[in-house]
Amino acid sequence: MSAVPAIEATGLQCNYDDNVILADVTFSVRPAEIFFIIGGSGCGKTTLLRNLVGLERPVRGEVRFNGRSFTGADTASRREMLKTFGMLFQSGALWSSLTLAENVGLPLEEYTRLPPDEVRNIAAFKLAQVGLAGFEEHYPSEISGGMRKRAGLARALALDPAIVFFDEPSAGLDPVTARNLDELIVQVRDTFGTTIVIVSHDVDSISGIADRLIMLDRDQHGIIAAGRPAELLKDPPSPKLVEFLTRRTIHPV
Amino acid sequence: MSASPEPLSARATSRTEDRLFTVDLAGPWRLDQDTPRWATTLGPVAPAGVSLRADGVTHWDTSLVAFLGEAQRWCAEAGIACDVSLLPEKMRRLSSQFEGSMQTCGKDPHSTSLVVEVGLSTRYLGRQARTFLGFVGDFWIDTTRIVSGRAGIRWRDCLSEAQKCGAMALPIVSLISFLVGVTLAYSGSIVLKRFGGEIWVADLIGVAMTREMGALMAAIVLSGRTGAAFAAEIGSMKVNEEIDALATLGISPVRFLVVPRVLALGLMMPLLAIYANCLGILGGMAVAYANLDIPPAAYWVEMLTIVTLPDVAVGLIKAVVFGLIVGLSGCLRGLESDRNASGVGSAATSAVVTAILLIIVADAIFAVLFNALGM
Repeated sequence: MSAVPAIEATGLQCNYDDNVILADVTFSVRPAEIFFIIGGSGCGKTTLLRNLVGLERPVRGEVRFNGRSFTGADTASRREMLKTFGMLFQSGALWSSLTLAENVGLPLEEYTRLPPDEVRNIAAFKLAQVGLAGFEEHYPSEISGGMRKRAGLARALALDPAIVFFDEPSAGLDPVTARNLDELIVQVRDTFGTTIVIVSHDVDSISGIADRLIMLDRDQHGIIAAGRPAELLKDPPSPKLVEFLTRRTIHPV
Repeated sequence: MSASPEPLSARATSRTEDRLFTVDLAGPWRLDQDTPRWATTLGPVAPAGVSLRADGVTHWDTSLVAFLGEAQRWCAEAGIACDVSLLPEKMRRLSSQFEGSMQTCGKDPHSTSLVVEVGLSTRYLGRQARTFLGFVGDFWIDTTRIVSGRAGIRWRDCLSEAQKCGAMALPIVSLISFLVGVTLAYSGSIVLKRFGGEIWVADLIGVAMTREMGALMAAIVLSGRTGAAFAAEIGSMKVNEEIDALATLGISPVRFLVVPRVLALGLMMPLLAIYANCLGILGGMAVAYANLDIPPAAYWVEMLTIVTLPDVAVGLIKAVVFGLIVGLSGCLRGLESDRNASGVGSAATSAVVTAILLIIVADAIFAVLFNALGM
């Protein structure tokens, strides 16, 4: 394939304190793809995500976005690249002292020269896109957990990012709200051609919207399966993947 | 794909034919670059209809959607037709969503009239008073149950809190008390020198430290050091639902968290006050020796002529009460904290403010009371 991958990780080693969590991880994500990073608890999904977005520095290896090195970039180009990311944290991570409109507007104020009324209009639009029209002046403490997550998504989408990362988007949501969020994710991808990377262990989401996935394993410190979910299930490279996706235990604990 | 080279920036060129205002959008529209705005594109014209085209657009994001949405909103408000049929379907859909969101933009639910604000604050004050009384009541009930042996207490917690708020506070209490003694001696000697009564600086420091400053300074240090820590710790526990976990197990958070802390402070505070007294007197003694040529032995003997055991007792009674105040306000503010980061911060701040305010009020009451009792 000639297209430059949206994200390319080569030989990543990620530690947590002095423990090796991931030893040698290599994968690539194509543009406008919905890509899942899955695996059991403690396998290093969130660690990998934090290394991808630059919250932690990998011990070895390289991360490239659209062909440009992120791990080796200087501060100015890192900031330039960070502008093209959006991230939805597990809890939404909204700033509690700001209203929803201010939360969504802050990235716009930081990175653009838009006048305040335009920032406000765009913030209201982004909030309306995630179904939060009319809640612009509410504070995060005044809305429910699901709404907070959607507001977090609106903030992640504020700068029309090329890539949006999601850390456990369905954690703590009821199944209906979780499916609505999935639909929203697909809609974002279809509208703006956004590349989506999702860390999750929600099997319904994976089978519903994943284009491709990688599965991490705690014992192997790396990837044990990679590919399209349907194909992987037809010809599973590891029994752990089947266990995970079918929610059945093959080897008794 | 058009063969013409991509323009460097977003453009909106307009023309008016038969009062139809046509806008051609072109170039790359990016949020982080300057893009035309509807209001400036329109200018002073008053068209009968608007037609929007985007054939020359090479790249677009929300900045273009905002332009189109604002144009549609303007047309809707002016009551004129807006032709968007030549726009791609996706642009049309998003821009009408944008226009919709401009309409539904919610009002601020927080701005209210002065009367409402005063009413809400009054109700809040009432609730605060009730919470405070309820909390003191809970503390009293749990403490009596523990003292009478009907309920247990984790003494380990109590001891570790005592170590944190007592032994570990010694360095800062030493420094502050010593310096208070030094300051008092200097300012006292200015007046006493005039009467040739420098020796009475010993009396001044002795009485001031034992009756007043020892307990007061220790309490103020601890309200900043320990009271704030209690509030922040209990506040974060609330954010983590640890308090709820206690409640669902039927364990009283007051007995489990508050009583050990407050008891530890109530026990440690008199000890710290005695320590502060000694350091303050030492500070005064140092100034007297260095500045006023009063030998330490003379200073000591002079001080003993006026400082009596009841003076020390007055200081200790105050210290116990101040300790309880610092502990209770720290724990109360922590338990009342909002479940978010800024809530924990304001809990810590308000713990310190509450403690210092109540300490000063209590000190004033003590002054009147001890005066009436002739102590």
